[in-house]
Amino acid sequence: MSSNVTSGGRRPPRSGRSGGRRSGLGRLGPLPWIGPAVLLIVVVVLWPVYEMVRTSFLKISVSGFVRGWAGLDKYRQLFDEPDLGSVVTATVVWTVGVVALTMVISLGLAQLFDQRFPGRRLTRWALIAPWAASVLMTAIGFKWMLDRTAGVLNTVMTDLGVVDSPKDWLGDPSTAWPWMMFVAVFVSLPFTTYTLLAGLQTVPGEVYEAARVDGAGVWQTYRRITLPLLRPAFLVGVVINLINVFNSFPVIWGMTRGGPDSDTATTTVFMYQLKSSDIGESAAMSVVNFALVVVMVAAFLKVSRWNQEEA
Amino acid sequence: MAQQTIPAAVGTHRSAPTDGSGRPVRPRRTLRPRTVVVAAVAWLIAAVFLLPYLQMVITALRPASELRDATYLPDHFAWSNFVDVWRESNLGSNLRVTLLVAGGSTLLVLLVAIPAAYYTARVKYRGRKVFLLLVLVTQMFQPTSLLVGLYREFYQLGMLNSVWTLVLCNAAFNLAFAIWILTAYFSAIPVQLEEAAMIDGLGRGGALLRVTLPLAMPGVVTAVIFTFIAAWNEFVMGLTLSTVPESQPLTVGINSFIGNYTVQWNYLFAASVIAIVPVVVLFAFIERHVVSGLTAGSVK
Repeated sequence: MSSNVTSGGRRPPRSGRSGGRRSGLGRLGPLPWIGPAVLLIVVVVLWPVYEMVRTSFLKISVSGFVRGWAGLDKYRQLFDEPDLGSVVTATVVWTVGVVALTMVISLGLAQLFDQRFPGRRLTRWALIAPWAASVLMTAIGFKWMLDRTAGVLNTVMTDLGVVDSPKDWLGDPSTAWPWMMFVAVFVSLPFTTYTLLAGLQTVPGEVYEAARVDGAGVWQTYRRITLPLLRPAFLVGVVINLINVFNSFPVIWGMTRGGPDSDTATTTVFMYQLKSSDIGESAAMSVVNFALVVVMVAAFLKVSRWNQEEA
Repeated sequence: MAQQTIPAAVGTHRSAPTDGSGRPVRPRRTLRPRTVVVAAVAWLIAAVFLLPYLQMVITALRPASELRDATYLPDHFAWSNFVDVWRESNLGSNLRVTLLVAGGSTLLVLLVAIPAAYYTARVKYRGRKVFLLLVLVTQMFQPTSLLVGLYREFYQLGMLNSVWTLVLCNAAFNLAFAIWILTAYFSAIPVQLEEAAMIDGLGRGGALLRVTLPLAMPGVVTAVIFTFIAAWNEFVMGLTLSTVPESQPLTVGINSFIGNYTVQWNYLFAASVIAIVPVVVLFAFIERHVVSGLTAGSVK
């Protein structure tokens, strides 16, 4: 008995969780474990945030020299931009529209690809294509397919009689927006569908059997059982898509560069357009941009009561 | 729930026949009409997802003389486009940069995220909540929204046009997701397994390396795939932080085929096809891990 006690005291791991405290690494606390991660985040993420906010209050020449403080001038300049109002409106429509369409289509796709059928593995693999290719490449591909003279989509639509003659889809903002939203949804589908597929796998099969025994119909089962159980995966999908779609740069940059002028720009693209003319104003746009993301995500989390049910 | 999926992913994917999602395949003798419809729709959708990329391959093979013809297929296929684009552009050096950036940042993410995620999953230390909040906030910062800050920082540090800057940046912006997925995985592995290993004389580090890490392999694989592909396809930071061709990644190199007045579409897509092949091959091998990895992450 007594030897047991002393050996227990000498060998720290016996008591499990609390044992780590006494070992060499344990004495240093969490630093060696989480220190490198914190360092990387501070240097590459938080420092640029500080730089960005500072730059938005500075006067900086095009060649990069600091010419003193600008106070709130850059913000005033930004809010006086005639295009700003329409750009912000377009950004909200873009983000909400693309995310909503992505979520609805992904729900359907996930349900479909969760069934058993011949070739499921191969078709799921095809679904990944827009994810494996870079978003920029996909966007440029669609730009080419919509080309006025040689674009295959124009050829198809002319042959099918959808349009009388090939159109310059991306030259006109009213047709460029829907096409860009289509591409944005297209590239968001793989990740979202896979997140929902993963969510569907966590639903135990017995639940469905119980529902069937109780005589629930297909739609009723889906609405009452599948959807509520999919909630965590669905929320993850919405939040990640909100952030990604709001900041989506390559789709618009690859297809129209935000033009003509800023007619097809979101705030992110507008920020990039400003960067070449006035880096301080561009920084001010970034700060406003970030505030918008935080508000959007926070609003969604509040509406969905994320904390109450997920934490 | 994650606890159920992980042993399944670890234990069965080599031994039992699966259908790519970790579930055992049930033999079925006859095809029901419903299955036929589901399969038909699924195959159609798969085709829709692949067609844009098929069109890129066709364009890559068009000879310059047929480039702007409104035909579905060219009369001749110019395989030499691939050779020409390789010889006449910076593709070789772009590919080298992209490989270094994607490989380097993936390695860095693993080295940094594994200890942090493990410690966070196992120990209730002071500042744990702050750390998790920091990770969540990082997830909300996209490089696109921080471009000006990133540019100013690395301009002042004199680190523009460096491959290592891109490695650091790609690692940092993919760190949050890796920590998030790995913490979920580590939490799902029973602590008793490690306690047993520690009784046998291994320290916490040894237990992590020899016991926990092998069990969390699907999570590690998921983190690797996500980081590698995100870094491979990253465009905005490469465009902003690298201004000379020698330090530009593939995406930026491809974008430079779009000139101010002319676009060499066939070369552009030949280069794109070269760039996409490694990722498609990688994905073909790991499709099943994507689902099992996300399963643990989304249940967290």
